[in-house]
Amino acid sequence: MEEIVSVFAQEAREQLTAMEDGLLRMEQGDHDAETINGIFRAAHTIKGASGVVEIHHIEKFTHILENLLDKLRNGELQVSSEMITALLQGCDHIGALLDRVDQGNMDEDPEQKQKGEASADALRAFTSGGSAAETKSSMVEPSVANVERAGGDQAISDCWHISIRFGRDVLKMGMEPLAFLRYLLNLGEIAHLATLCDGMPQAEDMDPESCYLGFEITLRSHATKEQIENVFSFCRDECDLYILPPNSKMDDYLGLIERLPEESLRLGEILVRSGALTQEELDQGLRRQKAAARIAEATEQPSPQLGDILVERKMVQPEIVEAAAAKQKQVAEKKTAEARLIRVQADKLDQLIDLVGELVIAGASANLLAQKSGQSTLVEATSVLSRLVENIRDSALQLRMVQIGETFNKFNRVVRDVSKELGKDIDLVITGAETELDKSVVEKIGDPLMHLVRNALDHGIEPAEVRAANGKPVKGRVELNAFHDSGSIVIEVVDDGGGLKADRIQAKAIEKGLIQPGQTLSEQEIVNLIFEAGFSTMEKVSNLSGRGVGMDVVRRNIQALRGQVDVRTEVGVGSRFIIRLPLTLAIIDGFLTSVGDASYVIPLDSVVECLELRDDDTRGHMLNLRGEVLPFIRLREFFDVEGERPQRENVVVISASGRKAGIVVDQLLGEFQTVIKPLGSLFKHLRGIGGSTILGTGEVALILDVAALTQLAGQTEERRQLPGGQRAPALESH
Amino acid sequence: MTEFATQTTTDGALHLILDGPMTIYNAGDIKAQLMGALSTSSILEIDLSHVGEMDTAGFQLLVMAKRESQRLGHTLRIVAHSQPVRDVIDFYNMDVFFGDPMIIPAEH
Repeated sequence: MEEIVSVFAQEAREQLTAMEDGLLRMEQGDHDAETINGIFRAAHTIKGASGVVEIHHIEKFTHILENLLDKLRNGELQVSSEMITALLQGCDHIGALLDRVDQGNMDEDPEQKQKGEASADALRAFTSGGSAAETKSSMVEPSVANVERAGGDQAISDCWHISIRFGRDVLKMGMEPLAFLRYLLNLGEIAHLATLCDGMPQAEDMDPESCYLGFEITLRSHATKEQIENVFSFCRDECDLYILPPNSKMDDYLGLIERLPEESLRLGEILVRSGALTQEELDQGLRRQKAAARIAEATEQPSPQLGDILVERKMVQPEIVEAAAAKQKQVAEKKTAEARLIRVQADKLDQLIDLVGELVIAGASANLLAQKSGQSTLVEATSVLSRLVENIRDSALQLRMVQIGETFNKFNRVVRDVSKELGKDIDLVITGAETELDKSVVEKIGDPLMHLVRNALDHGIEPAEVRAANGKPVKGRVELNAFHDSGSIVIEVVDDGGGLKADRIQAKAIEKGLIQPGQTLSEQEIVNLIFEAGFSTMEKVSNLSGRGVGMDVVRRNIQALRGQVDVRTEVGVGSRFIIRLPLTLAIIDGFLTSVGDASYVIPLDSVVECLELRDDDTRGHMLNLRGEVLPFIRLREFFDVEGERPQRENVVVISASGRKAGIVVDQLLGEFQTVIKPLGSLFKHLRGIGGSTILGTGEVALILDVAALTQLAGQTEERRQLPGGQRAPALESH
Repeated sequence: MTEFATQTTTDGALHLILDGPMTIYNAGDIKAQLMGALSTSSILEIDLSHVGEMDTAGFQLLVMAKRESQRLGHTLRIVAHSQPVRDVIDFYNMDVFFGDPMIIPAEH
């Protein structure tokens, strides 16, 4: 496929995502003009770009979509839930068309064509309903309609723009500009206010009782022009007042710049700063103005005097226009942010990370040799080198970090569609969307999350009647949270539904033969049974979930990412699925320890402290840590390492998932940059080992799976305390 | 009526304290004081912590003083603001123009 087409498909997809986001926000009651403008722009961009790459069926279809959006934007149509559904289906259709483009087919599939026709008809149904309004408006304001069709000539803004120059004598007449301007706050929010003192003469000539001030104000308000004018009615004759309504045409702004006494460039800057215009619009306008001036010069016509302009202004009432404001600024900022990005192929990045990994290993080996040689200058040089390598490693890994927000936002649509399908009213609340994690993790976490969210929607949130009967708000709530916690990222899927019922899970598990009837299990262990293969409690199988595949797949997928999933639930209150993932899959800061001849790496983020193990502090597998009871695991026993215990042993206190445990090792060897090499599939059932790495000497060290070890240490102790309870199998073998 | 007190600080700056309103009613008086202070010292520090009231006329005088000091290549600093002064400068969005640090009290 031609590169331009693949770039088109990729960018069109980004625009589609933006459209979808905007549509969902609109459905949730976001009536901001900028939202609909954003959606319209996205559709317009897709249409334009598809025309450029000559994929005309996309262009044609997007045009139909754009027509409806245009009507929405102009307020000719009111948004409705059905309309959003039709628009979203339109987006889906464009997505499907893009898929086909990705496969290298530039023509339209007949089946798709049929679907497209259906979708287009649904969209047209809305536009044709509004045709009467369209004719009417185009009769009243033909010029406006023209400008809009031309596209791009309209400054996008949802704020009023007010320009006011107070007359010299207002202060002497006992009027206070501050009071008028503050009164504007009753009408709306002042998004931006610029004070202009250009009218003020030099200090000697300045009359302290005259007013020299002017203001450019961006007002976000639903007030009418009349209401705004009335604010200044007392001083109306004493000042020059111009009001531009929201979404004014470019020319109105340029006209304003021309009419005002200050220098064009400076005023333009203020308008740009207040968000009324973008820099590009301004530049274009000023160029046009200069060109006009040159023509005027050539024809030897005197340029208009200020007086003339004033006369003209009095004759022509400033049109009702609105000025763009903070929103437009956001758009401009976003544009510049985009311009600063470069697209890089993901495999190039992977290659870089691999190389950095090799560099880290090579560096470690050089370090070791330097230390052995005992040459202090060499040691110094290698230590500088290893610090640099560390920095490179961090920056390289940073390159792969992406915000999870994009993944989360996809679920807005999922929640909307699924809750419609199920007839439930459910809100999705997203927090921590800016949390960053490795791109490869983000890619793989989508499916497990989808399962969890769908489960929460389908099984978690009860039907409205049940909720009402239980005294809960009828509207269900699903949360997606992400945050960093000691070297890992935690993603939570929370619902305020019925929770998991332990007795039902137990009964089901016995029925499925997952556990034996007499088996003693803690409530938490019972709840965790839902992650076992072939487990589903939902009697009614819907097409969303409940097919008995799902939770085990979720757990497998997450474990494949070296993560873990856990569930906390309370009957009647809701459930919380907690996914814990490592930040990166490639390189970590490790803490090197040794037991006998073997070396073990503990991820440094999870290390809390190190101390010497004294026999009088321990009882069984518990240790008295300054009055706190700490379960511990002796690696020598756990891994069956040969040899005698040394005289002195050390404890590394680690913490994972909010639980602490001690790991007893022979020696502490210090920090170590660890390039994680995966273990072969042969070792996949090994508990307590997360991976391997290569030391500077070329030896292999095992990386401990801290989460599993803390859990194991805790369980071991719990079981020991249960009378007649089973001992952990891992320890039994010794 | 507004009282004026001046003193010269150790680094040679003239420290001008205004005590009273800064409004249209005494604008002429204040302008004269400011002009006098501007011509006396190349570094002027204005203490407005005792200004109980300020209107647009008072605000314009500050602008004038700042611009005049810039024209002369002098330094003008507003070293203390009272709440009314802060309100006016804030509303007019001119804190950047004056460039003086404004201390925001805890209750705001």
